[in-house]
Amino acid sequence: MRNIWAIARRELYAYFVSPIAYVVGGLFLLISGFLFSLILNLSSEATMRPLFGNLSVIFLFAVPFLTMRLLAEEARSGTLELLLTAPVRDSQLVLGKFLGALLLVLAILACTAIYPAILLLAGNPDRGPILAGYLGIVLQAAAFLAIGLFASSLTQNQIIAAMLTFVILLLLWLSDALGNYTGGRIGDLFRFLSITRHLDEFPRGIIDTRHVVYFLSVIAVALFLTVQSVQSRRWR
Amino acid sequence: MIQAEHLTKYYGPRAAVRDVTFEVAKGEILGFLGPNGAGKSTTMRMLTGYLPPTSGTAKIAGYDILTHSLEARRHIGYLPENVPLYPEMAVADYLHFMAEIRGLTNSRQRRQRVDAVMEQTNLTHMRDRLIAKLSKGYRQRVGLAQALVADPEVLILDEPTIGLDPKQIIETRNLIKSLAGEHTVILSTHILPEVSATCQRVIIINDGEIAAVDTPENLTRRLRGAETLQLEVRGPREAVAQLLRAQPQVLDVVAEPAPDGRTLFTVSCALGSDLREQLAAAVVGAGYGLAELRSVRLSLEEIFLRIITEEPQAEPVEA
Repeated sequence: MRNIWAIARRELYAYFVSPIAYVVGGLFLLISGFLFSLILNLSSEATMRPLFGNLSVIFLFAVPFLTMRLLAEEARSGTLELLLTAPVRDSQLVLGKFLGALLLVLAILACTAIYPAILLLAGNPDRGPILAGYLGIVLQAAAFLAIGLFASSLTQNQIIAAMLTFVILLLLWLSDALGNYTGGRIGDLFRFLSITRHLDEFPRGIIDTRHVVYFLSVIAVALFLTVQSVQSRRWR
Repeated sequence: MIQAEHLTKYYGPRAAVRDVTFEVAKGEILGFLGPNGAGKSTTMRMLTGYLPPTSGTAKIAGYDILTHSLEARRHIGYLPENVPLYPEMAVADYLHFMAEIRGLTNSRQRRQRVDAVMEQTNLTHMRDRLIAKLSKGYRQRVGLAQALVADPEVLILDEPTIGLDPKQIIETRNLIKSLAGEHTVILSTHILPEVSATCQRVIIINDGEIAAVDTPENLTRRLRGAETLQLEVRGPREAVAQLLRAQPQVLDVVAEPAPDGRTLFTVSCALGSDLREQLAAAVVGAGYGLAELRSVRLSLEEIFLRIITEEPQAEPVEA
C-alpha cells in the first residue's frame, strides 16, 4: 500500500512540475466552462444533465494526453529498470500509476464543482442527479485512464500510446452505433460494450449496479492486462 | 553474500551470458572486467532481477532471485549503466522517492539517509536543483546516491565512474572502497586501472563467459606467462644480443637504442625463471658496461588485452 502511494505521489509530482497538469486541466476547465454557460443560457434550467455528456467527450480527448507518458516514458528513459528492480510488485507499480492519474482527474473534476455551486446559488437544482452524475463521470474517467495506462505499457513511444488510447476509446464509444446498425444478439453485445451508453443513466439520478459493475470491470481488466504487459517486459 | 550459479542468458539464438558461476563474500568488492558487449550488464541485470536468466539462478543475501525476488531485491542497491533519473525532479525529492520504494518507510529515518548520502556523494549543495539541469558528473553521483540511499547490503554498480572527470573518478573510487566491509559490491568496468584501484577480486568476462577470476595481483603473476627483464648495456648491439640469446632459458631478445649510446635489451625468459644474476654475470664477464637491469611487471592492461585477444584456436605450430 505504501509503495502504491509513493508511486502515485511521484506521478502527481511529475504532472504538476511539468506543464501537463496545467495545460490539460486548464483547457478542460475552459471548454467545460464555456459549455456550461452556453447550456445554462440557452436552457435557463438549473440542471447539470447535459453537461455530464459533454465532460465525457472532453475526457475522451484529454485522457490520452494524461496517460501516454505513464509507462512509455519510464520504459524509454530507463527509469522502469529502477522501478522493476526495487522491492515493488508489478501490481503495486501499476496501481500507483493509475492512482496518480486518477487523483489528477479528481482534482480537475473538483474544479468543476463551481458549476453546481453556481446553480445552487442561483436556483434550486435537484441534488441527487448531480451527485450521481459525478459518480458516473468519475467511474468513466477511471475506465478511460486504465485503458490509457494499458496502452502506455505497450510501447516506449508516447505518441503511439496516446493514439492507441484514443483509438480504443473511440471504438468503445462507437460500438453503440455499431450495435444499432447490426442489431440482434451481436448488436446487444456491441451496445453493452459501449462506454457511453453506461453513463446515460447516472445524470438522471439513477445508480444502476449494472453500469457500476461495467465500469469497474473495464478498470479491472485494463489494469490486469497492464500488469501482464509489465511482467512480460521482464521476459523479453 | 552473492552466489551466481550457472547464469545463462540467450537473446534469441545468441548467448549473451553463458554458464557464469561465481561467489562474492560479504564485504568484498568484486570487479567485472571486460570489453563492451562482453555480458557484464546482462549479468548484473540478472542479479538485480530485471532480466530473468534463461537458465541458472543466483542468490542475494541467501534469497533466490527467481523464487524470492522481492526479498532479494530488498537487499540490493543498483546503478544501471545509463543512470536513469527523473529529469523533472529535484535531487532531494528524487532520493526521497527512491528511498521510499526501496523500503525506507519511516519518514524521519528516510530524511536522515537522504541527507547522509547527499553528504557522501557531495550533492548537498545541489539538493534543490532539478536533475534536468545537472551536468553528467552530477547525474552520475545522483545515480550512485540513489543506489546507496536505502543502505543495502549488496551494491551492483554498472560502470560507476563513466562520464566523470579525473578528480571525480578518484573521489568515487574512494567512496566505493570505503563501502567495503559493510557492503558487498560488484562493479563493472572496461577501464582497467579501475579494478586494480578499487577491487579485491576480478572476474574477467569475455564473450559471455568467465575468462579468469583472481586478485589483481595474482592475475598479474599468473598471466605473466614469461618473465621479462630489461637490460641497458653499453657495447656492440649484435654481439650483446647474441650473448644474451646464448644463455639458457632465454626465449627472445629485442634490442632498441637507449640514451648515451647504450642499447636497451628486452629479454623474455622462461616462466618461473630468475635470470637476473646470470645475465648480469654474463654481460659484465664479457666486458660490456651494464648500466641497468630490471624486472618488468605486466600491467593489467596488457594482461587484459592478452586474455581478450587470445584466440580459441590452437597455437600456430612452429616449423
